[in-house]
Amino acid sequence: MDFSSLSPVAMIVLLVGAATPILLAAIGELVVEKAGVLNLGVEGMMIIGAVCGFIVAVNTDSPMLGLLGAMVGGAVVSMLFAVLTQYLLSNQVATGLALTLFGLGIAALMGSSYNGIRPPRMVRLDVEGLSDLPVVGKLFFSHDPVIYLSLVLVFAVWYFLNRTRAGLVLRASGENHDAAHALGYNVQLIRFGAIMFGGACAGLGGAYVSLVRVPQWTEGMTAGVGWIALAIVVFAAWKPWRVVLGAYMFGGITILQLSLQALGISISGAYLSMTPYIVTIVVLVIMSADRKKASLNAPACLGTSFHASH
Amino acid sequence: MLRLEQRPQPSGLMLYTTPIMAVLATMIVGGVLFIAMGINPFKAIYLLFIDPFVDPYNLSQLFVKASPLILIAMGLSIGFRAGVWNIGAEGQFIMGAIAGGAVGLALWDVEGWWLLPLMTLAAALGGALWAMIPAVLKIRFNANEILVSLMLVYVAENFIAAMAQGPLRDPNGFGRPVSKNLERHDPTSLPDVFPALGIDAGGLMMLILLALAFFLLQKHALGFQIKLTGESPRAARFAGVRPGVIVAVCLGISGAAAGMAGLFELTGAAGTLSADFGLGYGFTAIIVAFLGRLTPVGILLAGVVLAGTYIGGENAQFVLKLPAAAVTVFQGMMLFFLLGFEILINYRVKRLRRAA
Amino acid sequence: MKFTKTLAAAAAMGLALAGSAYAQDPVKAGFIYIGPVGDLGWTYQHDQGRQALEAELGDAVETSFVESVPEGADAERVMSQMARSGVDIIFTTSFGYMDPTIAAAESFPEVKFEHATGYKRADNVSTYSARFYEGRYVIGEIAGAMTKTNKIGYIASFPIPEVVRGINSAYLAAKSVNPDVEFKVVWVYTWFDPGKEADAANALIEQGVDVIMQHTDSPAAMTIAEEKGVYAFGQATDMSNFGPHAQLTAIIDNWGPYYIERVKAVMDGTWESTDTWDGIGAGMVKFAPLSDQLPADVAERAKATIAAIAAGELHPFTGPINKQDGSPWLAEGEVADDGTLAGMNFYVEGIEGELPN
Repeated sequence: MDFSSLSPVAMIVLLVGAATPILLAAIGELVVEKAGVLNLGVEGMMIIGAVCGFIVAVNTDSPMLGLLGAMVGGAVVSMLFAVLTQYLLSNQVATGLALTLFGLGIAALMGSSYNGIRPPRMVRLDVEGLSDLPVVGKLFFSHDPVIYLSLVLVFAVWYFLNRTRAGLVLRASGENHDAAHALGYNVQLIRFGAIMFGGACAGLGGAYVSLVRVPQWTEGMTAGVGWIALAIVVFAAWKPWRVVLGAYMFGGITILQLSLQALGISISGAYLSMTPYIVTIVVLVIMSADRKKASLNAPACLGTSFHASH
Repeated sequence: MLRLEQRPQPSGLMLYTTPIMAVLATMIVGGVLFIAMGINPFKAIYLLFIDPFVDPYNLSQLFVKASPLILIAMGLSIGFRAGVWNIGAEGQFIMGAIAGGAVGLALWDVEGWWLLPLMTLAAALGGALWAMIPAVLKIRFNANEILVSLMLVYVAENFIAAMAQGPLRDPNGFGRPVSKNLERHDPTSLPDVFPALGIDAGGLMMLILLALAFFLLQKHALGFQIKLTGESPRAARFAGVRPGVIVAVCLGISGAAAGMAGLFELTGAAGTLSADFGLGYGFTAIIVAFLGRLTPVGILLAGVVLAGTYIGGENAQFVLKLPAAAVTVFQGMMLFFLLGFEILINYRVKRLRRAA
Repeated sequence: MKFTKTLAAAAAMGLALAGSAYAQDPVKAGFIYIGPVGDLGWTYQHDQGRQALEAELGDAVETSFVESVPEGADAERVMSQMARSGVDIIFTTSFGYMDPTIAAAESFPEVKFEHATGYKRADNVSTYSARFYEGRYVIGEIAGAMTKTNKIGYIASFPIPEVVRGINSAYLAAKSVNPDVEFKVVWVYTWFDPGKEADAANALIEQGVDVIMQHTDSPAAMTIAEEKGVYAFGQATDMSNFGPHAQLTAIIDNWGPYYIERVKAVMDGTWESTDTWDGIGAGMVKFAPLSDQLPADVAERAKATIAAIAAGELHPFTGPINKQDGSPWLAEGEVADDGTLAGMNFYVEGIEGELPN
């Protein structure tokens, strides 16, 4: 078999495109989980972002405003979850699932008159001179701005969580909400903010699908990306840089599967599609088996409600 | 300024009135939504909330839709009581259907009263074994069962796609990735028991298991241990409860229940195994379990109400030309209200006076 | 579920009797869709057909639909509910509705059922499908003429006969005008996942493909083709909105005329169970306007081919054709029979790669 026509550079460019929506949603969910909240409504927030971004971009003729609209949309819908779980102490798992149901429905209603429209195109960030360099140009200097933004965001999240006081407080809320409360921090407010950040990121990821990766709006177009993002957070052991690794690996498997077929190699789609999830489980097991290490990563209060009784 | 204050005892009054308040709130907000869409709100709400429970045909479909939800939710609730968070019931549902369905397909030409029980057993085992993966990983490696069980849903979805494409495919089906129809094949078709409500042998089994769950939680020592583990893991340990056993038992029960539900869906309703076999019952059942406040009676009611809105939603689509998405929004809203109002059971709203 | 059926049937009888008092009532037609009407593909086109039916017959017909209905028990229930509400004819528009349609038809013998793409019939169940492979022959010919790299990409959903038939037909046509042509088939194992379809299009373009065909539902591949400056063909519906330069033409699922004909038959009382498999000739398969990008000779040949297929002078599967393994399938001049086509599970000779099983 002739593999020479399989260009690694081209494949990397493709996989980054496939991975970016997952990456954006996952980095948001990571912050939410670090604050001790499990929001299973990522898919719902993404599809809301996809439709809001699309509507805003079409009406303002600006993809950038579209992205902004998507973030606002995702954050607003996440507030439903935040109010219910933080102030009304509803169960996070059930509320997150309800959020996905609700989001899919609302998005379909909102987008029903936007079928069959082409949105304004996102410009690629072509740096004069640099983008034309062989290999390096295509690898590093010819993407759309969101891809760079997503990596900046990962760095910002890493910096925030590990190098700032506010990040420490957020982690403390996820680690031991009673202690954080005793120290005088408003756990509910911190979690509320984290949830909204997660919503904005998921919305941005959704808009990346509807404005960049497949510039169009069709009902249900995120097709399960939000669920994959949830898996990636676990795979990453709640570490920002590993989210990049996980998302790119996942994108890589998808692209490899398609590219090998385009080369003429038959592969069994279903079994290959299982592998990322199995790998995630294996990673989780390895990570959890070492209890000392595990306690450094997995937020201890993940998924539990907090109410200050005093 | 309003403030929530924990009640010394959960309010019995609120336990029964909050669901009614939630449904009323859903009707009001949903009604506004329908008016905004130019749809008669009274007709829509009648079709969604009343018609499913009064029309004889709709009633005969009620438990067809409700039984799998209730059966899965029942199993899950036992684990949730103990703080064992199995959210992979969808995967266990699928694996149960594959295991039981494979037995039925392998014994296609065989007839016998024992065939369906055998398939049910295989399904329960299939579901339970699939649930044992997160159980073992939790006990042995301390891996979070929420995440492992969720990952295994995707594995199961891909597995059924491979099975329907491969070994379980109907050889006479023109190459379509669909199995033979087990529901339209007498030896493997679930018999009706109380058809006016859509209860077949699977539905009956569901009701029996629900009663058993009630008994387990109320009367049996194991039920006590499960509840104790959930409420106070430390106290449970002092009382000699082995947490590993509780994890295995809870995941095993919920997996077996979900697996059986998968088989009943296969042999009583869906008929065929295909990549689209899982319709999200496993996830919806999580919501049902919480709406039912993890009690057997509550789950029964929650499952029936939710099933009603599914059935009513289909009617509303072709009678009122209500888009499917509007029904989804309506259901999402109802869940939000039900979850939100629940706080009034354990907390009361207090007005804070400003300190002088 | 026998009791249910009796109950439902009794109710239907009551409704039917009540209905007969008003002979001038409009005929009611119900449609059951597998996806949302906004999918811009399969379901969208069926809904276009429903709208054409309304436009044609006006007040004489009343239509309703339920979208996103899962296959299995839910589908049977929706059919029964429709039948009970007094609907006269129900179109069930997905292969997976086959068994539910037969079951519902047993409960409601007075109601006519029309099942798309299936093979099980009854006294009150007809089946209908379109010979899309005829359309694929035409676009295959255009693709063969338009490719400069001699590589044609094909985004395929599931390895079922319908899809395999399309690949074979398009390949034979492309080969007939361009002996060097090569097909690159990518199976995505989904009918609808815009992201994955877009990725597949990109992966194919990376492999040097400059014409893309698809047998999946979303216009994702078309948008990618437009962006990357390669050609593509619309699937099910005219996708020129998404690829004003990329779209060479589109195969259009034109269900309207069939729906009109069948509902009229109900009105006249001439409806009977039939098996319809129509193609270009009957107008069930149509094309979007040919692109200006096509050189005159290519456009002319496409028109001639369309006319020849419509007239029955040309059958895409006319021998000599060998199977992929070299074994003979059709002898010189022999035409494939419908039975073989319906169950087609092999590639024809010349296509590379293994047909997944």
